[in-house]
Amino acid sequence: MMDEIASHIIDIVANSVSAKATHISVDITQNTEKNLLTLRIKDNGVGMDETTKQKVLDPFYTTKKGKKVGLGIPLLKGTAETTNGTFCLSSITGQGTEIFATFDLSHPDLPPLGNIRDTILVLVVGNPDTDFCFCIKADAKEFTLDTKEIKNLLDGVPINHPEVITFLTKCIDENM
Amino acid sequence: MNLEELKKIREKAQKDVELRQKQARIRIVVGMGTSGIAAGARDVLKTLLEEIGRRNLTDVIVTQTGEKGLASQEPLVEVYEEGKPLVVYGNMNQERAKRVVVEHVVNGNPVTEFALEVM
Repeated sequence: MMDEIASHIIDIVANSVSAKATHISVDITQNTEKNLLTLRIKDNGVGMDETTKQKVLDPFYTTKKGKKVGLGIPLLKGTAETTNGTFCLSSITGQGTEIFATFDLSHPDLPPLGNIRDTILVLVVGNPDTDFCFCIKADAKEFTLDTKEIKNLLDGVPINHPEVITFLTKCIDENM
Repeated sequence: MNLEELKKIREKAQKDVELRQKQARIRIVVGMGTSGIAAGARDVLKTLLEEIGRRNLTDVIVTQTGEKGLASQEPLVEVYEEGKPLVVYGNMNQERAKRVVVEHVVNGNPVTEFALEVM
């Protein structure tokens, strides 16, 4: 099991990047009243056929060369199911993949959400050619970060420029 | 989001962007596969960004990649520099990341103490 939900996010997003996604959306919703945490990661990558979709839940299956295991998806599914949650993977070849997981918010085995700010930064800066849309909802509070919008405003200045990184850090800190 | 602030950054940064886009002097790649993440790769990447930002090293870029097949040595960091051998660092942590920026990136001396490979 990963030590944070944030680590699962980085891991699943890495799969999307490997699947040549140019746009990835990450939605995290925490609803205390419903005792529910949901995570949705959706990409526009190459997608999977039916056979691959069945196999990705097997930890001993991977599409990557030089590896014998593919733990990212099985680990997330395991965390969701351990916390009385659900896991759903849908994918269409040529269109993309969507992973939706729910977690029982008060379950003792639910790992902490973790450092979402650093997770967002690392993903955005580490994958400068990919557009991300993060939507983080914690009860009444909501934060959205759309890197495509930011890149348009930057007009050619890379999103991984040190001053832009400082700006993003501040922006996330002030709004989350 | 403060759009005015972002516009100011854009105007200021556009001056060095041309140079940066032509060729980054150094490219640092952090392995962010499952084992790398579990071993702390996110904090390593974040530390690299902080150290580079602190020194305003606009000709250095940091990106991420998947697993490299060396799970026992994760987190792994590769440093690519034009005209110099590739250096692969293993078992990285935040302290080591700081040393790589100071000693290797800034001063040009690879940290042999935790370099796994120089090729």
